[in-house]
Parts: sequence; C-alpha cells; structure tokens
Amino acid sequence: MNKIAVIDYGMGNLRSVEKAIEHVSGRSEVIVTCDPGVVRGADRVVFPGQGAMPDCIRELEARGLHAAVLEAAASKPFLGICIGQQMLFDHSEEGNVPGLGVFRGEVRRFPEALMFAADGARLKVPHMGWNEVRQQGAHVLWDGIPDDARFYFVHSYYVDPAERAIVAATTDYGLPFTSAVARANIFAVQFHPEKSAEAGLQLLSNFIRWQPSR
Amino acid sequence: MLAKRIIPCLDVNAGRVVKGVNFVELRDAGDPVEVAKRYDEQGADEITFLDITASSDDRDIILHVVEQVAEQVFIPLTVGGGVRTVDDVRRLLNAGADKVSINTAAVNNPRVVADASGKVGSQCIVVAIDAKQTSPGKWQVFTHGGRNNTGLDAIEWAQTVASLGAGEILLTSMDRDGTKIGFDLGLTRAVSDAVRIPVIASGGVGTLEHLAEGVSEGRADAVLAASIFHFGQHTVREAKELMRARGIEVRL
Repeated sequence: MNKIAVIDYGMGNLRSVEKAIEHVSGRSEVIVTCDPGVVRGADRVVFPGQGAMPDCIRELEARGLHAAVLEAAASKPFLGICIGQQMLFDHSEEGNVPGLGVFRGEVRRFPEALMFAADGARLKVPHMGWNEVRQQGAHVLWDGIPDDARFYFVHSYYVDPAERAIVAATTDYGLPFTSAVARANIFAVQFHPEKSAEAGLQLLSNFIRWQPSR
Repeated sequence: MLAKRIIPCLDVNAGRVVKGVNFVELRDAGDPVEVAKRYDEQGADEITFLDITASSDDRDIILHVVEQVAEQVFIPLTVGGGVRTVDDVRRLLNAGADKVSINTAAVNNPRVVADASGKVGSQCIVVAIDAKQTSPGKWQVFTHGGRNNTGLDAIEWAQTVASLGAGEILLTSMDRDGTKIGFDLGLTRAVSDAVRIPVIASGGVGTLEHLAEGVSEGRADAVLAASIFHFGQHTVREAKELMRARGIEVRL
C-alpha cells in the first residue's frame, strides 16, 4: 500500500490537492494530516501551500511539523507545491523570513520594473492563469507531459535557486523564472498541478509512481 | 506567455444550473457537475458558479454543488453570490472552491475584503463590481442587479478593493449585461489600466468576436460569458480558436 501524506498546517484549502491525488492514485491511500507521526510513516509526502509564506512557516513551527518535513524531504518522494516549493529555500523577500533551507536560494517578488509584455502592456501581479512550463532536461515527473505544456499558476513570488542544476523547468512572465526544481527525491513546482487539468493530473500520477534513485 | 482566460459562468439555483436547459449535447443539462465537466473538456480555463438561490434555507446547497464539482473537475472554480462574511468565504473554500467572489458585502463593509484576503490569501478573493455608465468616461458602482446606485466611482472602487487585498476583479457592465452587443470596452480598459491585479470582463457577450475585443481593446486578463456557451451557440474551443486567430495567446 502506497501511503501519501498531504501535509496540513492550517493554511488554506487542501481539498483540491487531496481530490486530485485521489483521482489518479488507484490503490494509494491519501491522508491529509497535521500529525508529524503520520508524515513520518508515509511512503510519499505532498507539501502544498497557499497564502503568505511567513504565515506558512509560522504555522509549520506551531504545529511541530518542521522536523518531520525536513526528514521527509531528505528521505522519501516529496512533492512541493506553490508556497510548499518556496518554503524549501533559504529565505523569502515576502516578510523577510528564513525558509527551511533545503535548497540554496532566495524567494523573490516579481519586480515591478520588468512587468511588461512584449507589446508594452503591463503584466499583472499576481501571475494568475495558464502559462507554459519549459522543461529543463528529462525527469520521471515530466513523463507524458509535452514540453511547454500549460499549467495553472497563481503567485506573486518565485524561487531563484543559487544552484542552476536543480532547475527542472522555467516559465516566462516579465522575466524567465524557475517554475520547477528537482533534486534526488524532491520535486517541487510553483504551479498548481491539482488545478491544471490533464497535464496536472499526469504530473501527480507520475509522482505516485516515482521511485527516485538515491 | 501567459494565456488569456475564458471563463464560462453558470447560474445555480437550488443546486441546478438554470441557464443550461437548451444545451442539447448534455444528458442532464441542469446538473452543475455535468455542465462543468463539459466545459472542462472543451478547454475552459476556469469555471465560475453564481449562486442565485433566493431562499436562505437553500443557501448550503451550493456547498454540496462545489464539493461534487471539485471531486471531478480539476481546473479552478470560483463561486459567488450571497457571500457576506469571512466565514462564508471559508466554507466555500473548504468545500473545494479556489476563489470566492464578493460583491454587495464589499460595498456595505469593505473590511470584509481585507479580513478575507488576510485570512485566506488575496489569490482566493475576487471582488465583483457591477458598473453603469453615468456620464461619458464615468461609471458608478451599482448593487442589487443595477437598481441601487452606491455613488462609488467604479475606477476608484476598483483601486480601493485592490489595495484592500482583492486578488482579482470581476467587472460587469450593467448597461451591457444581457444585451449581446459586446463588452463595455471603455469601462473594461479604464479599470484594467487602473489596477495591477487581473481583471475579468463580463456583460454583453453575443459573439466570439466580442470575447477577442474584451482582451485586445478592453485589455482584460480574462473574459467571462454565459449564454453563448450555454445555449450551444459556441463551444469554448471555438472561442479560443477565434481568439488565437486574432493573435491572442490562449491555452488550446
């Protein structure tokens, strides 16, 4: 039995994530949990996030989940989504808070000065809607997903990794930014696979079957 | 490049879609799950449910509708209609909505926008603005289906709700709603240029060309329409093909 823990630290609605994973999970068991013990006992961990990163970090601490998340990120198939990706980095400009430091790098806000399209129109922030995800190299989680497939984004901050080797995809919005990162057992995305129709369901399905070599 | 979005809007009354009755391809045209699935298959970028349930006894029915749809349709869902409190927002999000649209309550008590976006994040909060032209280049905010003039200037109100934490504006021209003569492009452009958050144009769509105009001339980030999709006149895919032919970036 494949046990998938979706980490719930009280920030926003995880129903969409849960339902989308259940939709593709076959015989897997999906548990939305705030219990560090359940996270430790799971075979795979999904780390979602919504809202503001400082609140997310604070809630993670308050619920005693910090250590369990770090252990999972070091040991088992781990999928970060949106703020769940941003929190894996060293530091965020949003509220000037430290992240979990799993990856070196900074979480930055879309710079006002660069928010213009090719035709001169101003680009809105948040970056909201379906944008193209350009894959950087092969990865099991991209299986069956065409390069430049569109995924659903909604965010005002993006990750800027110090190590380019972890960049798994980029997306253009005013500037090219990192929309997915991968290293060993970790895959993390800025977009919302649970809201990205077929491409998103394919990515979640790939995650459930992923056996990372370590 | 980011795609411009097409958003079919479904009016829901007591758990049934009330405009979908002539949508001949559907087995059960009035079932919100069936209609939402069909639009998803046609390539809709999001779906908006407007709860027009009149009876307060039936208010919770929309929660069940959202729950059912969210289990089977994996694109963003927005729900509006009768949302008054942060608690209403929370209940809809917990049922599976991704965004909640607030209209009259925001006018009556702007703090609800700030409180809701502070609690659940501005990405979840859409403020719906119903505007009517009062003089050339001037629009005011109306409530109660256009009967109540709030005296608020639509452009200033859009800027106010954006500063309060709205993540998006759903802008409806009351002059154009139901006319099928196209969006109020002046209004759409004025509001879209005045705020840094995305604007959804609504009200007046009668042809696919109108949808393209909303983006190209109105500078909307998304376009919302009901009847041209409900009555089988056009599919979402046809709308996107036309928009692409007009040089607009779409997800196809």
